[in-house]
Amino acid sequence: MKVRYAKETFAEWQRQFEAAPKRSDGVSATTVSGAEIEPLYTSASPADGPEELPGEFPYTRGIHAAGYRGRLWTMRQFAGFATAAETNRRYNYLLENGQTGLSVAFDMPTLMGQDSDAPTSRGEIGHCGVAIDSLDDMETLFRGIPLAQVSTSMTINSPAAVLLCMYLAVAEKQGASMKQLNGTLQNDILKEFIAQKEFIFPPEPSMRLVVDSIEYCAKEVPRWNTVSISGYHIREAGSTAAQELAFTLADGFAYVDACLERGLKIDDFAPRLAYFFDAHIDFFEEIAKFRAARRIWARHLRDRYGAQDERSLKLRFHTQTAGVSLTAQQPELNVARTAIEALSAVLGGTQSLHTNAMDEVLGLPTDKSARIALRTQQMLAFESGVANTVDPLGGSYFVEALTDRMEAEAEAYFERIDAYGGVIPAIEAGFMQKEIADAAFRHQQELETRQRLIVGVNEFTAGNEEDEIEILRIPPRLEQEQVERVREVRRRRDQARAAKAVTELRKAAASPSENLMPYILDAVRAYCTEGEIMGAMVDVFGLYTEKAVI
Amino acid sequence: MSEVAAAGAQVEEPARPVRIVLAKVGLDGHDRGVKVVARALRDAGFEIIYTGLRQTPQMVVEAALQEDAQVIGLSLHSGAHMTLFPAVVEELRRRRAEDIVVFGGGIVPEDDIVELKKQGVAEIFTPGAPLQSIIDWLRNRFPAR
Repeated sequence: MKVRYAKETFAEWQRQFEAAPKRSDGVSATTVSGAEIEPLYTSASPADGPEELPGEFPYTRGIHAAGYRGRLWTMRQFAGFATAAETNRRYNYLLENGQTGLSVAFDMPTLMGQDSDAPTSRGEIGHCGVAIDSLDDMETLFRGIPLAQVSTSMTINSPAAVLLCMYLAVAEKQGASMKQLNGTLQNDILKEFIAQKEFIFPPEPSMRLVVDSIEYCAKEVPRWNTVSISGYHIREAGSTAAQELAFTLADGFAYVDACLERGLKIDDFAPRLAYFFDAHIDFFEEIAKFRAARRIWARHLRDRYGAQDERSLKLRFHTQTAGVSLTAQQPELNVARTAIEALSAVLGGTQSLHTNAMDEVLGLPTDKSARIALRTQQMLAFESGVANTVDPLGGSYFVEALTDRMEAEAEAYFERIDAYGGVIPAIEAGFMQKEIADAAFRHQQELETRQRLIVGVNEFTAGNEEDEIEILRIPPRLEQEQVERVREVRRRRDQARAAKAVTELRKAAASPSENLMPYILDAVRAYCTEGEIMGAMVDVFGLYTEKAVI
Repeated sequence: MSEVAAAGAQVEEPARPVRIVLAKVGLDGHDRGVKVVARALRDAGFEIIYTGLRQTPQMVVEAALQEDAQVIGLSLHSGAHMTLFPAVVEELRRRRAEDIVVFGGGIVPEDDIVELKKQGVAEIFTPGAPLQSIIDWLRNRFPAR
């Protein structure tokens, strides 16, 4: 189902293009041979055929009339390891090398809402990301980085509200206004139940916290992206591209429903919902997925939810290249894989991008591998010429057909999820989990039977024995230092203030009509630890355990 | 079980399938690998008990003893393998159940594999390992009687 456009529509696009701000980097928009490139190409006789234009509903060809002529994607490398001080050093290194946004990776204890001195944190501290226990660590993490001027993405889910409050408290100490802050909180609990499994509370109170943060930010932190509705983890868990698209958008609609139920107005919060997709190795399928996502979101928001604000209809997304496509065999080859995947994200019109480092399949990226990953994006942006024209693949028979098919497959999944009574009942029935596990198993069998080849894994393996690559190690002493740091924070704070904040939070949690954000913020300011704050809510909400299905 | 053992495992006794407890230890929830391995081993004729997520070494060993398993398979993707894999071996020792074979899978660097084997982990399978290599290894370790 496409829209036709008449000559007036094209004139409108032209008007929008002229009005849009343009990049000021001075890089020529001609080919390497010197040929002029138009900002937009359409079919030869547009009035005869159905056709869409970028910047116009349903945004299949992109949400901006000017595409990357207006503004390049944000190069946002996800990083975090060891302690706040170590990670702060890496952030400064990346910013010095031309990175344009920050993205925080937290370690497992932080992601699971527990402090570094909890018994089950042993061996996990600082391995998958940076260890943050309290406001004290957060201050160190952003030392010397003006939060009013950078945009920061934080990958955190169950304890998202707590980490957001820590960020707000650091900004407050820097003298920045909350109204100035730019950034994104992942805060997508539904995909945790579906795929990544970093859940703490049961689904209902988890959703309450998400809606609390959306409601709070709509008023207090208006430029903050409150949820980054994520397909990445669904895909990495083994789903197909269509499943990633369908389950992610279904989650998005579930957040919209929950906010409407709270009494929020669609155009007050929908513009601040963002998406996060995987860029896997199947080049054209990925491009089609990104294009279909925009179209589906726009249609549902306008026709089903009655959104009027254009910003509510425009699906903005971050992309990360597929970690799961990287191979431990001949890891240098991963640079090429990542480049192919990143190109699909760019041709799909991503707003920001993380390119994986070649060694992420073996451990944490080194300074060098992180730099090569960033340089890969810079090559796409400035050398390859792909950013010169908007949606260069629009009108390709193949890409358009794949885009339509993606949309149809997603709509079919929406019906199946609706038959369960929505996303949460479908999660509780294990529907999405089973679909993903089936797809993962099928894929593995295809590798075993060599119906699918992966270079260096089940074919072209000569050279595998040369696998010698430097990997980043986390010294064990950092773990002990972090444990001592959190104990020190607990010792030296105002005990009465901290205890009172936790008690107030617990009381508010028991009262479903309270928005918990101000209580969490108070506890953070009082240097309550993440474990204490989450613990107070666990007292009221309980813990969730899933029934494991193979 | 103990009856069979007492009878001296007669040749005509049908061989009991090898029973394996598969567990996710540590805090990460990445269960794609363990689920794929569970299905493949089940299809290959092994008896599989999957414990689910966030198991402590104590819980894993308890499950293996309760289920009378010969093998424990550990999956972990958070980088805590040097702490948690040896802790399972140690707990087996403490419970006098060292005869239970422990293997693991995950993102484990080569140097760590050498060290883990020294500490009593029988084998480690890393990313890209074919399922058949795990099946073959287990069959080799537990030849059909």
